[in-house]
Amino acid sequence: MTTIVEKDSRAIARSTVLSQGAWQKILAFASLIALMAVFSIASENFLQSDNLIGILQATAVNGVLAVAATFVIITGGIDLSVGTLMTFCAVIVGVFLTYWGLPMPVGIVAAIAAGAICGSISGTLIAKMKIPPFIATLGMMMLLKGLALVISGTRPIYFNDTPNFSMISQESLIGAVLPFLPIPNGVLILFVVAIVSSLVLTRTAFGRYTFALGSNEEAVRLSGVNTDFWKIIVYTVSGGICGIAGLVIASRLNSAQPALGQGYELDAIAAVVIGGTSLSGGRGTILGTIIGALIISVLTNGLRILSVAQEWQTVVTGIIIILAVYADILRRKS
Amino acid sequence: MTPLVTIRDLDKSFPGVKALKKARFELFPGEVHALMGENGAGKSTLMKVLAGIYQKDSGDILIEGRPADIRSPRAAKDLGISIIHQELNLMNELTAAQNIFIGREPKRAMGLLLDEGALNRAAADIFSRMNLTLDPRAEVGELTVAMQQMVEIAKALSFKSRVLIMDEPTAALNKAEIAELFGIIRQLKAEGVGIVYISHKMDELKEISDRVTVMRDGEYVDTVPTESTSVDAIISMMVGRSLTETKTDVPDLSSHDVVLEVRNLRRSNAIQDVSFKLRKGEILGFAGLMGAGRTEVARAIFGADPLDGGDIIVRGQPVTIRSPQDAVRLGIGYLSEDRKRYGLATGMDVAANIVMPCLRKFLSLNMVLRARAIREAARSYIKQLRIKTPSDAQEVRFLSGGNQQKIVIAKWLARDCEILFFDEPTRGIDVGAKNEIYKLLNTLATQGRAIVMISSELPEILRMSHRIAVMCEGRLTGELPADGATQEDIMRLATRRHSLMADSSNAAIGGSTT
Repeated sequence: MTTIVEKDSRAIARSTVLSQGAWQKILAFASLIALMAVFSIASENFLQSDNLIGILQATAVNGVLAVAATFVIITGGIDLSVGTLMTFCAVIVGVFLTYWGLPMPVGIVAAIAAGAICGSISGTLIAKMKIPPFIATLGMMMLLKGLALVISGTRPIYFNDTPNFSMISQESLIGAVLPFLPIPNGVLILFVVAIVSSLVLTRTAFGRYTFALGSNEEAVRLSGVNTDFWKIIVYTVSGGICGIAGLVIASRLNSAQPALGQGYELDAIAAVVIGGTSLSGGRGTILGTIIGALIISVLTNGLRILSVAQEWQTVVTGIIIILAVYADILRRKS
Repeated sequence: MTPLVTIRDLDKSFPGVKALKKARFELFPGEVHALMGENGAGKSTLMKVLAGIYQKDSGDILIEGRPADIRSPRAAKDLGISIIHQELNLMNELTAAQNIFIGREPKRAMGLLLDEGALNRAAADIFSRMNLTLDPRAEVGELTVAMQQMVEIAKALSFKSRVLIMDEPTAALNKAEIAELFGIIRQLKAEGVGIVYISHKMDELKEISDRVTVMRDGEYVDTVPTESTSVDAIISMMVGRSLTETKTDVPDLSSHDVVLEVRNLRRSNAIQDVSFKLRKGEILGFAGLMGAGRTEVARAIFGADPLDGGDIIVRGQPVTIRSPQDAVRLGIGYLSEDRKRYGLATGMDVAANIVMPCLRKFLSLNMVLRARAIREAARSYIKQLRIKTPSDAQEVRFLSGGNQQKIVIAKWLARDCEILFFDEPTRGIDVGAKNEIYKLLNTLATQGRAIVMISSELPEILRMSHRIAVMCEGRLTGELPADGATQEDIMRLATRRHSLMADSSNAAIGGSTT
């Protein structure tokens, strides 16, 4: 190890930076590749392009939600309401388009705005009223679940009058240009959300404060930064992204299903954790989260192809979460 | 006499660092042995090896002449070795007795129930052995830091410890409490317990220790008897060069503008009617005992804590400061005594920490970070303040206390703050780095920044201040010009308690009030 000391100091810096972020990603990415290898050997159907596209399609909703959760978790908080908020936003777009007959762009803006507003409410409860994030978002989760049922009259809202709505998730913009790559728009949305979020987290002041809040909130406050404001913004952005997830899922099902949503938050948090974002805050990457979401989808899909019962799929997912976090702990120790 | 502990040629490496190189140490029964060295000299590492927290790479540890292999803290405890860390490890919601015997509670009813009576009696026995008046049933969170420290010591004794390692035990204690601690150390010494005492405070070492071992850069330098060795000699062994402690020349500041004026600041009992002025280019020393309310005043002016009343006037304008954000906008910076908790995001890198208060200056489109500009700014401060770090991308937690403090200073320089509150700027910083911080403070003052320096170390106050304000129990008890002030003058004001003053207040009427 002494050779490291003798090297140019800048080289040390680069190597440590690489080992911190990259290690976890490499680990998660390697497990993703390993999983895919195992499944493709076990079943020849796995690597079929239809199946791979199905996996991506299935990742779209959970992936977008997991990106939303990543922002909050990096601040050291937690958001249990992402799933029901998604449903709430789907119901909102249903009300705007089907009940009120408004044009589609208005519905889209309404869904995202509804998400952002709900997020800002969670953020205000947490930052201003000092309610612990777990409790505040648990309350929001139930509140939004109830509201979605009330507003929709407990019935699914179909988008039969707006045939274009299903294009948001189901058509393939990429496929229209490159016919051999019929990636559905839902997946495209996931990638756009992920890339923009990743840039926002690493390149903007907002992103810097997001990490700083998770690293040491009090030190940030004493640096003259309005921590309450930025925390509310984090939850607002996260809520807006949940609104996007609401659009994707409503478009894919061509309906807003008000009873859906609960349970999605746990899948999203699982993806974030598998992707190496620390639940104690201060650390995390969007790329990791996307890989985490893909691991969950690949696992579900592969086990289904191998005709493993659904109950057992859940058991395996649980084990994977524990292993992923344990691997992270082992890595930190060494 | 066989030494209680003998350490020979001990090596210990961490990834990238050789922390100990052929380290040596020896401790006799009934001896208080001070272990000294700058931060990073390897004192704590050596003691953590002895206490089983780290494993040695090579070398020998002999306990009473017999080779010992100390593989875990538990193994160390079995050999009678206990360590009391700088940060106390107590459970605040449990009682003193419950803390002492955690994991080893006496049981009754065939081991099904806890025997609280036996627990409290056993704790009371230990307290009486220490000559300590403390109710074993007192909840630890309600006790003073000094008492909590006594509970830690009692816990160590409950393991029948023969070797007691104390890491900076007086860092959070006031004078009376230190005296109490020393009383107990002498008691233990008389019973034949060997004590390793790690501290930066020279006067304490002179008072309590028998021998001093000095370490530097992970190596053993020398062991000398305390009595016949001068403080200067010890310091020069520590730093490997001799230091000159020269008093700052007090400049004539009467023509300088008053940049900060505070009138009748109040908050319940913590801050009582505090008023003072601060001029451009001035270093105002805030002296007083721990808990005198100095930190509270600084935090209140900075907007970190609320105020009940009072006026703050910055550059002639009355202002309202409701949050640190307001204060920073007015060019006021606060450097906390607890850097890790309040000053730094230790998991983030050097550059991110330095630009934290002034991120706005490094944005394009008011949003996107200008990474190169941030790096360049960080590098210029690293160079200017001579921060020892492999690069601006190093995480702050890997740096030493002195370098962390420099990063906090860099933060406020980058924000271009004109008024700076330094709260215990050299706490936990080794001698060499201390001098650099002093030089830096002087430079800042010469550049026209106004500085309030809170310090509990009187030599530091006397050396650095242009003017000295003294607080006691939330009140400003006096102001002294730096020229000619003595430690005794300051202590007199620092102990002028209100309850005592009440008796002599009649006599004082008509006398001079500062």
